[in-house]
Amino acid sequence: MESGVKVWEVFVQKKSGLPFKHVGSCHGYDKKMAIQNARDLYTRRGEGRELWVVESNAIVSVPLDEADAFFDPGEDKIYRHATFYKIPEGVNHL
Amino acid sequence: MQPEGNWLLRAPSLRAKQVLLAKIQDEAGHGLYLYSVAETLGISRAEMVEQLHNQEAKYSSIFNYPTLTWADMGAVGWLVDGAAIVNQVSLQRTSYGPYSRGMVRICKEESFHQRQGYEIMVQMAFGTPEQKEMAQDALNRFWEPALMMFGPHDADSVHKNQSMDWKIKRESNDHLRQRFIDRTVPQAEYLGLTIPDVNLKLDPSTGSYTHSPFNWDEFWNVVNGNGPCNQERLDHHKKAHYDNAWVREAAAAYAEKVETSVA
Ligand SMILES: [Fe+2]
Ligand SMILES: [Fe+2]
Repeated sequence: MESGVKVWEVFVQKKSGLPFKHVGSCHGYDKKMAIQNARDLYTRRGEGRELWVVESNAIVSVPLDEADAFFDPGEDKIYRHATFYKIPEGVNHL
Repeated sequence: MQPEGNWLLRAPSLRAKQVLLAKIQDEAGHGLYLYSVAETLGISRAEMVEQLHNQEAKYSSIFNYPTLTWADMGAVGWLVDGAAIVNQVSLQRTSYGPYSRGMVRICKEESFHQRQGYEIMVQMAFGTPEQKEMAQDALNRFWEPALMMFGPHDADSVHKNQSMDWKIKRESNDHLRQRFIDRTVPQAEYLGLTIPDVNLKLDPSTGSYTHSPFNWDEFWNVVNGNGPCNQERLDHHKKAHYDNAWVREAAAAYAEKVETSVA
C-alpha cells in the first residue's frame, strides 16, 4: 500500500440554498489537493457552486449487521406519528 | 485514453486538439469513477493498479488496437464510444448504487464523445477522396473490435448468470450488441461508407440487421493479452506509474509537513 494518499468523500452544492449532496469519492494527499481533485473530477460542467471534501475515515456509520437493533427504538413509538391520534368528526385543520 | 493520446500532438487544428483533450480528461474521470466504485467494496486503488500491472485484472480489449490515422479518432468516438454508451445506458439500472450513480454521470458525458467522433467522420467522408478512403479504412478496422466490446456470445459468457441474477448486468451481451448494430448501420449509410460485412442485411420482419459470425479466436487472443498493442499499452501504463513515483512521494512528504506544522 502506498503511504500517505487518502480517500475523501465529495459533496457538491448545485446552487446556493440547496443541500450538499454526496457525489462519490476522490484521492488526495492533503486538503488542498483533495478539493482540487474533487473539482476536476466532479464539476467539469458547472455541476456545482460549492464543494466539500471529508476524509472517508472521518465518517462514522452504523455497521450493517447492527442497523436493525440500532434503529429499533424508532420503530415501536407509534404515538410519534400524527396518524396515532383520533380526531373527532367535524373538527378540521388539525 | 492511450489510443487518443497518440493523436493529441498531431491533431489537425486547435479546435480538434481542444476537443480531444476534453474527451481524454473525461475518460480519465470515467476511470476514476469506476475505481472509486470498486474501492467502496473494500479494495484499494493501489491494489487494483498492481493487479493491472501483473495482468491479474483485465481491461477492455478495444484499447489494444492501434490508431493509425486521424480518421481513427473519428471511428473511435463514433464506434467505440458509441458501443460503450449502449452498454453504459443499460448499466445505469445496475443494482449496486455506487456503480449505478457512476454510470449515470458517465452517460451524461459520453454523448459528446460520440458526436465529436461522428463529426470527424462526416468531415472525412465528405472530404477529398483520400480522406474518404481513410474514413472507410478506419471503419473497416474498428467495426469488429467495437462489436467485440460487448463481450462473448451469451452462451460463452462466464459471468453472465450470476451478474444477471444479481441484476448487476441488466441486458445480455448479444442483446446489447444487436442494439448497437441496428443504430449504427444507418449512420454509416449517411456517411456513404460500407460496413465491412457482406452478410449484413436488414431483416424486415424484426427490423434488425443480420450479420456474419464473428471471429472469436481474434477476440480471445486479444483478451488473453496477444492483441496488436497489449504489451505497449501495459508498458506505457507501468512507465507512467513508476516515472511519476517521485510526485506521489513529494505529495506525501508535503502533506505530512502541512499536517504537523503548528503555524
Ligand atoms: Fe468513457
Ligand atoms: Fe467516451
